Amino acid sequence: MRPIRIGAGAGYSGDRIEPAVELVEDGGLDYLVFECLAERTIALAQKAKLHDGKAGFDPLLTERMMAVLPGCVKRGIRIITNMGAANPVEAAREVARTARKLGFAGLRVAAVTGDNVIDVLDPASELLERPGTVASLGNRIVSANAYLGIDGIVDALNMDAQVIVTGRISDPALFVAPLVHGFGWRRDDWAMLGQATVIGHLLECAGQVTGGYFADPGFKDVPDLARLGFPIAEVSADGCAVLTKVPQSGGRLTVATCKEQLVYEILDPAAYVQPDVIADFTHVRLAEIEKDRIAVSGGSGHARPERLKVSVGYRDSFVGEGQISYAGSGALARARLALDIVAERLKLTGVAMAESRFELIGVNAVDVRNDTVTSHEPREVRARVVARTDTMQDAVRIGNEVETLYTNGPAGGGGVTKSAKEVVAVVSTLIPRASVAPHVHIEVA
Amino acid sequence: MQLRQIAHARSGDKGDISQISVIAFDEVAYKLISSQITTETIRELFGAVIHGKVERFELPHLGILNFVLYRALSTGVTRSLALDPHGKCFSSLLLEIPVKPYSVEDLDRKNSADSG
Repeated sequence: MRPIRIGAGAGYSGDRIEPAVELVEDGGLDYLVFECLAERTIALAQKAKLHDGKAGFDPLLTERMMAVLPGCVKRGIRIITNMGAANPVEAAREVARTARKLGFAGLRVAAVTGDNVIDVLDPASELLERPGTVASLGNRIVSANAYLGIDGIVDALNMDAQVIVTGRISDPALFVAPLVHGFGWRRDDWAMLGQATVIGHLLECAGQVTGGYFADPGFKDVPDLARLGFPIAEVSADGCAVLTKVPQSGGRLTVATCKEQLVYEILDPAAYVQPDVIADFTHVRLAEIEKDRIAVSGGSGHARPERLKVSVGYRDSFVGEGQISYAGSGALARARLALDIVAERLKLTGVAMAESRFELIGVNAVDVRNDTVTSHEPREVRARVVARTDTMQDAVRIGNEVETLYTNGPAGGGGVTKSAKEVVAVVSTLIPRASVAPHVHIEVA
Repeated sequence: MQLRQIAHARSGDKGDISQISVIAFDEVAYKLISSQITTETIRELFGAVIHGKVERFELPHLGILNFVLYRALSTGVTRSLALDPHGKCFSSLLLEIPVKPYSVEDLDRKNSADSG
């Protein structure tokens, strides 16, 4: 059985599009996967869908399909993506519309649904990150999406869909599904599913394994990051894989880039909990077989969990922010004065803040340690005030108080920016597997 | 010497949990980091933001230490007020810490003394 070649066309919703086109043209792919759904993206998409029943899918869906569909149809490359976000069915219709526009009438597009569990969520279900139950979130819940496994995607592949659009699916499952479909692995072959999860995990952030997010000049140099190539896995029927990228594309694929990605966002490497398997990374082996070709083997796993993780999105609070810059001699002292003025103004005008930060970007805004003493005066520094409020009105006043520093604050303040937004936050809970059922809906272009 | 000279690192997030991997450039470096970078090291560096436990996992054959910092992201990326809500910069801050440059012979002696 010949190896299956899977390319990663995106590592997040706003990712570059050209590397995916390059994979389609020169990657010799069987499958192109776009992973575009972060934890909070789906909650925001659900909020958008509340306003407009046809909204709630990835904003770059149409642009991505316009760019890759012609090449994928020509070469028989099947596309799997979670760009459906909160609305996979409408996303599939949009893909079908785009396909018709491009002259590909008859193209089969599948929507995988079933992750939306808002109606079957148990109010007594405990939250994972903090004390409390689902019921404690009251009427503020806007979304509840379970992390589905491979089942819906495998079904859709069996139904000859060329493009498969899902909502919330575990990220590695987007890659595991075509391997299970192609090689006919058993759904309880935990070792094989564990190894496939390792491959999926290495690919899911796209450019992060080919040298993106890796460069540290003088210590870890990476060539040609502006033309970073995205990864391809060549997977054999025994689960062993070689990771590579299109020759002449930018970036580097090395044992070191793979190591950084292997444990990225992993807690216990012996128990990476997924809907289809509890993967075990303990005995993973990485070996450079030639330049930009890394062999990956040794992933394993244990029986899948009985409960699935659910991301619950809820209306949490409002956040207002303002920033202003100071430069030259005395910049630090003027920026500190600016923060003091804003703090006093917010008190004087009675802005109620549940939580706030008064920071100097360039001094102590990112370096979170208590050590805020700088050994030298920064040439420029940016004052930042951000606060959580109960109302949008109060959130707007945070930025406004920073803005009034223009004419009422220290000398030389410039470049004010301000923002105010409602926060839709996400907490997690668990749901019994039996309460969740994937469903496949087919659209024909 | 700085940790940066013998290892690289990447941080990620899961809800309110920050995760930082430290990856040794070679086997000697792994011996140095595994004996010197402990959960206490992490607490010393990031204690101001960690409100839960710290765990350390080891993947010796890959030269990787994986640190997991609970309740360290101001309740998590979806509601944190931090400029870097993911804690992505933590890995670079960690790489600044000093490491004692034992020779390999010293290390072996130290390790056998520790285990004995």
